[in-house]
Amino acid sequence: MIEERITVERKVLSENDRLAAEIRRRLTERGIVSLNLVSSPGSGKTSLLEKTLGALNSKLKIALIAGDVQTENDADRLLQAGGKIVRPIITGGACHLDARMVTKALEQIDLEEVEILFIENVGNLVCPSSYDLGEDMKVVTMSTTEGDDKPLKYPAMFRRSSALIINKTDLLGHSDFDLERAKENARSINPDLELFETSCRTGEGLETWYEWLIRLVRDRKARDAE
Amino acid sequence: MHELGIALEIINIVREESSKRNLNRLQEIGIRLGSLSGVDPEALSFSFEAATLDTLLASAKLIIEQIPVRGKCRSCGKELQVDDFVFMCPHCDSVDIDITQGQELDLAYLVEK
Repeated sequence: MIEERITVERKVLSENDRLAAEIRRRLTERGIVSLNLVSSPGSGKTSLLEKTLGALNSKLKIALIAGDVQTENDADRLLQAGGKIVRPIITGGACHLDARMVTKALEQIDLEEVEILFIENVGNLVCPSSYDLGEDMKVVTMSTTEGDDKPLKYPAMFRRSSALIINKTDLLGHSDFDLERAKENARSINPDLELFETSCRTGEGLETWYEWLIRLVRDRKARDAE
Repeated sequence: MHELGIALEIINIVREESSKRNLNRLQEIGIRLGSLSGVDPEALSFSFEAATLDTLLASAKLIIEQIPVRGKCRSCGKELQVDDFVFMCPHCDSVDIDITQGQELDLAYLVEK
């Protein structure tokens, strides 16, 4: 029997990548900063966004896409926190958002009214790392109630992220979480990570996060004006 | 566990390529999978088998070549292998490294009987 080997050389996620590139083009064209927020379930992404809305709603034009496996609870919380443009995505069991879902959500957003877009991904540190959503950068959150070796366990996600938020710092000392070791682990995977230490309960560290977001938007506008 | 979704994407691409090239007795489907791709090879094989059961692709085997992570040091310019996700240059201890391979998730080839 004759065997024939045929070279194909195609990216498996090329359709997702194509849609992501299209999203990136549209957002960049309008000068919109976009962040893909990833983490394990329960690390505090939604709380962080609620706080962020409270602090920055009057300063920046914010849009949020909230991905959830089953409910619209996160999107409801963001609306209650004052979110003006909030679009839920229910993945119906899927463990990650993909570019097709984000494309659909963006169809219902007037991009002229947006300066910064937060995409809250499904709580999962594995699957979302494979799917480009067309964002400027990924921001990964871990909390002090998790293991401080999370970066070592999920290197793909921490390597692909541009910023790391270590949340729930008010609980430091109540668990075996070692903040310095966590930062060391994260830097060993990705030395370029922008680091934030926050507590959404006490507000500690949030100001630095807000300032960084404002700077991202300002720098984008300055660059576009050139 | 997004490997089922990935397996379905692979099946879509294989169907497309098969009809384009008139293939109907596929024996192997060659995948190149980087260690940093975020995809687990065993889960992918399992998902592929489950998704092709009782279909024309049931006899096709998914052959996964795992690609280790390699990089180039931005400080000393040397090439290096990244073992166990320790992103440090063995030549100069710099952590300033560009990844050059290890993120692949490609359909590389097909083998027709």
